[in-house]
Amino acid sequence: MTGTWINFLIDIVIIICLLVGTFFIFSTSIGILRFPDVYTRLHASTKAATLGVAGVMIGAFLFLYLENGIVSGKLILGIVFVLLTAPVSGHMISRAAHQSGVKPWSRGQLKDDFADALKSKNKN
Amino acid sequence: MAFQMILNIIIAIMWMFLSENYTFSSFISGYIIGILLLLAFQRFIPDNFYMIRVVKVIRLVLLFFKELLLSNIEIVKLVYKPKPSFEPGIFALPTELKSNWEITMLANLITLTPGTLSVAVSDDNSTIFIHAMDLGDVEESIQAIKDTFEKAIMEVTR
Repeated sequence: MTGTWINFLIDIVIIICLLVGTFFIFSTSIGILRFPDVYTRLHASTKAATLGVAGVMIGAFLFLYLENGIVSGKLILGIVFVLLTAPVSGHMISRAAHQSGVKPWSRGQLKDDFADALKSKNKN
Repeated sequence: MAFQMILNIIIAIMWMFLSENYTFSSFISGYIIGILLLLAFQRFIPDNFYMIRVVKVIRLVLLFFKELLLSNIEIVKLVYKPKPSFEPGIFALPTELKSNWEITMLANLITLTPGTLSVAVSDDNSTIFIHAMDLGDVEESIQAIKDTFEKAIMEVTR
């Protein structure tokens, strides 16, 4: 009797991990569709996607460990590398966008210290 | 620091040989005994006890995960807001950090914090340009980044 209860609990935990992960990935894609420009879209894709992928991988890790007794080091390494590379790629894409002249979207007055700094440097 | 680490590993290997049990778990127990020995004899060993720095690194990693979670919740809130009311823009953050390693860490942490994305680093490594989702109070967010991340990184590297 107790064994089935524990199995039930394990299933619930795994399902929660997977659902949270997929929810964050889904929100990322909604954010990419809804936000106005490159930079705000990068906000969505670099942040929410990391937790989404991490959630799915933690769910898969727990499933493999608790159901089959396999400790999958690859999944842990996957989480670590997603966490390490997502901010770097976000940084590079935003920098490339800015250097190819994409203006940040703004409702009112645009505040862009980077463009100002580049301008004053070119003047000197 | 490197000297203490090597000493600790040597103690762990010696423990493995003394207990004639060549497994990973005996290496771990030997390593823990090495930590205790180093703690007991820290007066005679040059430099500060290196576990202090390890604890600081662990604290930085925990901070990283906490901010990641918070920023995810923040961005999901913004995604599902029926009428988005944010005011994006790019502001400059003057930083005191010097080496490439420290600045890389800081830029990565900024990207994973709520509402900020590092766009570029100036040529002289003195300023980081940050795209903010909501330019509420620039001074306040600069102060927050300086107080939490810069301090945590400085504690680890200096």
